[in-house]
Amino acid sequence: MNLYDFSSLTQSIHQGLSAMMAPAWVTVTEMVLVGVVFLLFYALVGLALVYIERKVCAFIQNRLGPNRVGPYGLVQTVADLIKLLFKELLMVHKADKFLFNLAPFIVIIASFLAIGALPFAKGLQALDLNVGLFYIISVTSLTVLGILLAGWSSNSKYSLLGAMRSGAQVISYELSVGMSLLTIIIFSGSMQLSVIVDSQADGWWLFKGHVPAFIAFVIFLVASTAETNRGPFDMAEAESELTAGFHTEYSGIKFAFFFLAEYMNMFLAAALAATVFLGGWQPLHFGGLEAFNRVMDFIPPLVWFFGKTFALIYIIMLFKWTFPRLRIDQLLTLEWKYLLPINLVNILVVSWVVLKGWHF
Amino acid sequence: MSLHEILFIVFSTVVLLFSLMTVLSRRILRSATYLLLVLVATAGIYLWLQYEFMAAVQVALYAGGIVVIIVFSILLTHHIHHRSKPFPPVRVITGLGVAGLGAALTIWAILQHDFHYHEAEPLEVNAKVIGQHLVNTGDGGYALPFEVISVLLLAVLVGAIVVAKKDKANEQTSENK
Repeated sequence: MNLYDFSSLTQSIHQGLSAMMAPAWVTVTEMVLVGVVFLLFYALVGLALVYIERKVCAFIQNRLGPNRVGPYGLVQTVADLIKLLFKELLMVHKADKFLFNLAPFIVIIASFLAIGALPFAKGLQALDLNVGLFYIISVTSLTVLGILLAGWSSNSKYSLLGAMRSGAQVISYELSVGMSLLTIIIFSGSMQLSVIVDSQADGWWLFKGHVPAFIAFVIFLVASTAETNRGPFDMAEAESELTAGFHTEYSGIKFAFFFLAEYMNMFLAAALAATVFLGGWQPLHFGGLEAFNRVMDFIPPLVWFFGKTFALIYIIMLFKWTFPRLRIDQLLTLEWKYLLPINLVNILVVSWVVLKGWHF
Repeated sequence: MSLHEILFIVFSTVVLLFSLMTVLSRRILRSATYLLLVLVATAGIYLWLQYEFMAAVQVALYAGGIVVIIVFSILLTHHIHHRSKPFPPVRVITGLGVAGLGAALTIWAILQHDFHYHEAEPLEVNAKVIGQHLVNTGDGGYALPFEVISVLLLAVLVGAIVVAKKDKANEQTSENK
């Protein structure tokens, strides 16, 4: 059924390496290979996202956006990266040097760990744990530690205030993210990401799961936008009040780490929503339309995956540039008085639907 | 030495080293950071044992939950940047003695235990197995602990609300002042 299966490719690479060296070295080489591939991917997606964000923002504000460096300003973000690499790394007086340097790494490692578990196509997944979804939720929860440490070790009131806000925000919204994903775990009966994607071969959970799945999808989008500290929930950075929040005192490549991690977390949220609710790399299928389904099968899974992910990223960007920033009490009210109760009731409804077998 | 052994040595060295640094560091926020590294390395040992569920629980609960709460509460206290004073020698000696005794007891227990080597296939712990064990009242079921913990958590939540809720009468008088 599947035209594009990457497991044969990875298998042949594995066999090729096994013929050349001892099993232990094969493991080490594969780890290095996967690491390098993910690093490249991380940098490329980060650069692309910054460019897209600037273009989308410009489009909404009726401007042109970057258009000088390269065609349509495509190389602008590369130029920005080179500039950031050459910038001086400033150290704040009386700051805790060790924690100050460690914090950006915690943030970036947390997002890096999570990216490794995403299924990009059939057989193209670095880490297919049987608790994959839980794993992603748990490693992304490390981000907040990096933010808290960055805020304190900067020895600046703006940073500390931003970090405290961010801490309260991320801890609250983590609950909603986890619970909205729980609805799909109940539907598919598994936490393994490849199994969840396979269970959507005959239709995406957003359609198969009726209204409860749709409610969970909306809650996931809102809560994950808040968890990644993006506008309209960007009180941790709130330029107009806190200069730049928790990363005020960072410069050069360490600032770039925070910046990149924020964009990668957005990519991760969109990719996770695409995988769990929109069928991941599965093509769009309609029951009864055989010819249509055959045509859809010819589109490669990577195109489907990135198409869905970037469509969701566009929605998340629209959130940022169209909604005004929330106040901290409004933010916590939204989570604790609306999203969480709706989520809890939604889980009960989903369990009832699954018990009765009402979903497709 | 196989890759497996090297990984074990790396993880356990990280755990031991940073456990010591957690206790010995004079700055409280650094202690919390070292504790984070200890807990993450412990999750690494669970992954090494192919117990992915436990590793994810370890990271989510301890590293992402408890350490965050610890750091958060440290940030709310005064004088975080102060270095704690060195302990008097009596305390150092008693501390070392108790630690040595505990280590000796643990090592003795491990050496006494007769370990069996199993060739059995690892049990796959997926969502279904976890769910069935969690609400099972029979053998290997966790229904009772699950319920007891939920009652405890409810009590804690109610307590937290009571503590956090301002007394209305007091609030009005303070506003009048």
